[in-house]
Amino acid sequence: MDIRHTETIPSPIWPEDSVARVPYWVYQDPANYARELSRLFEGPTWNYVCLEADIPNKGDFRTNVVGALPVIVVRDADGAINCFENRCAHRGALIALDDGGNAANNFKCIYHAWSYDLCGNLRGIAFERGINGPDGVVRGGMPRDFKRETFSPRKLRTTTLAGLVFATLSDDTPPIEAYLGAEILGRIRRVLNRPIKVMGRFTQALPNNWKLYVENVKDTYHASLLHLFFGTFRITRLTQGGGVLVSPDGGHHASYTIDKADDRQSTAYRDQGIRTEDKDYTLADPSLLDTVKEFGDDIQLQILSVFPGFILQQIHNCLAVRQVVPCGTDRMELRWTYFGFADDPPEMTTRRLKQQNLVGPAGFVSMEDGCVGGFVQRGIAAAGDQVSVIEMGGDTTESQATRATEASVRGFWKAYRARMGY
Amino acid sequence: MDVGPLVSLNAAYARAIDNEQFEQWPELFHEACLYKVTTAENVAHGLEAGVMYADSRAMLRDRVSALRKANIYERQRYRHIVGLPVVLGERDGAAEVETPFLIVRIMRGGAMDVFATGCYRDKVRPDAVGALRFVERIAVCDGGRFDTLVAIPF
Repeated sequence: MDIRHTETIPSPIWPEDSVARVPYWVYQDPANYARELSRLFEGPTWNYVCLEADIPNKGDFRTNVVGALPVIVVRDADGAINCFENRCAHRGALIALDDGGNAANNFKCIYHAWSYDLCGNLRGIAFERGINGPDGVVRGGMPRDFKRETFSPRKLRTTTLAGLVFATLSDDTPPIEAYLGAEILGRIRRVLNRPIKVMGRFTQALPNNWKLYVENVKDTYHASLLHLFFGTFRITRLTQGGGVLVSPDGGHHASYTIDKADDRQSTAYRDQGIRTEDKDYTLADPSLLDTVKEFGDDIQLQILSVFPGFILQQIHNCLAVRQVVPCGTDRMELRWTYFGFADDPPEMTTRRLKQQNLVGPAGFVSMEDGCVGGFVQRGIAAAGDQVSVIEMGGDTTESQATRATEASVRGFWKAYRARMGY
Repeated sequence: MDVGPLVSLNAAYARAIDNEQFEQWPELFHEACLYKVTTAENVAHGLEAGVMYADSRAMLRDRVSALRKANIYERQRYRHIVGLPVVLGERDGAAEVETPFLIVRIMRGGAMDVFATGCYRDKVRPDAVGALRFVERIAVCDGGRFDTLVAIPF
């Protein structure tokens, strides 16, 4: 009898009291995954649900998920944005079946035509008072004492920040400004400084646990090592100026590189023989990287994450938000929304369209990020009782003026453990 | 325009990609061209972005050199099944053509899965020596969900 598989089932106990070690069962364990959905996504966190630009008019809505919880986000007659569970109070069917659209004044469940106003209140029940029979007698209908107002889908609180819409199911989530802290807030407002326009939406299905992607986003160490485009075309290199900001709770981060002209002579990469140094590799059409400074500073790249699953990206003039959607222990979706600004002149739109080649499922830079999480997921298949080592730049989580650090990855685990109770 | 030359052009296109002769792929376009991979939903909403976007043959060549030298991904190749072209009209000397496609992706591990289906929306015109070439090829995918990554062009 092979007893190995009964003996090595890992228990959900953090192996060491350090954010520099992470046990691999956290990417595999179904019970842990269920706990994440309730404690993180449905807990006291702000979850990105859409852009204000997605729903400019009364009745405009988008559907989305908060972890596993399906939601409707809709603008009501007063211009306020409401969010409620996309689940009919009657039998639990989805209320809205499209990704978005305009609901006019109400949503109606297709199953039995129960209807909801734009605040998610149950307003109408088909045949509530029964049906007149041929004998003139009314039969059926809901009981007289049925209280409609106590049977609405769960409502989420919403908040808007610089055109982003976040929602939370918990009453305990602090205001978004306090949730993020002043530094991260400033970095969001730096990019989202005026009305935007959506340029496209794409979804990437990734064969890995959602946290592996979030870690990758926060991992400033890998960027210039894994991605040749970064290294060769000087989009970002560790020898350029830059750093990483980590929020006090660890959960949010912003990494950035500063465009400086004085590192062309740096031989740090060549000296170490690292793969990404290839001086023969040039673009036949360099207009791809024709960048203009549009934020009044020298920051050419800023990647920002909001715990648990939101990312705001500025790579040169290529702007996007990304939403991390968990789909089980070993699957996730990454939902990209590319955007520009409403006042972009045509040449800026063209510039953004070209630079969008850098990101997304086919991105010259982002492509590897799509597969590397799957390589980890497969690599750790038999290693649930082993740990990963996250010690670059020490074992702390404070902001650092270098990107040769894993401080913001450790920050994620600091926030994760606090919220998960580990 | 006769359908015959269009079928030949599409066959050469699919063969170049499926046989991993990627360097031949940009040569099927005019120097000034537009190539884009997007989704039916983005097109329906008038959203311009693509997962791939090139407005010159040189940018297509850059895609190929990135594929060869820069990007890291697990070994894979495509099998294109390209349907019959429908000529919708002619404008400025270019035929406007729609052609359905299906791409099966063959992965290192041996899986042969439908990776994408959609419709090529093309503008096609002969070059200086009379060879039919793409002025524009927009690969409009039927769905908006791409598995893991898109390394090879559609």
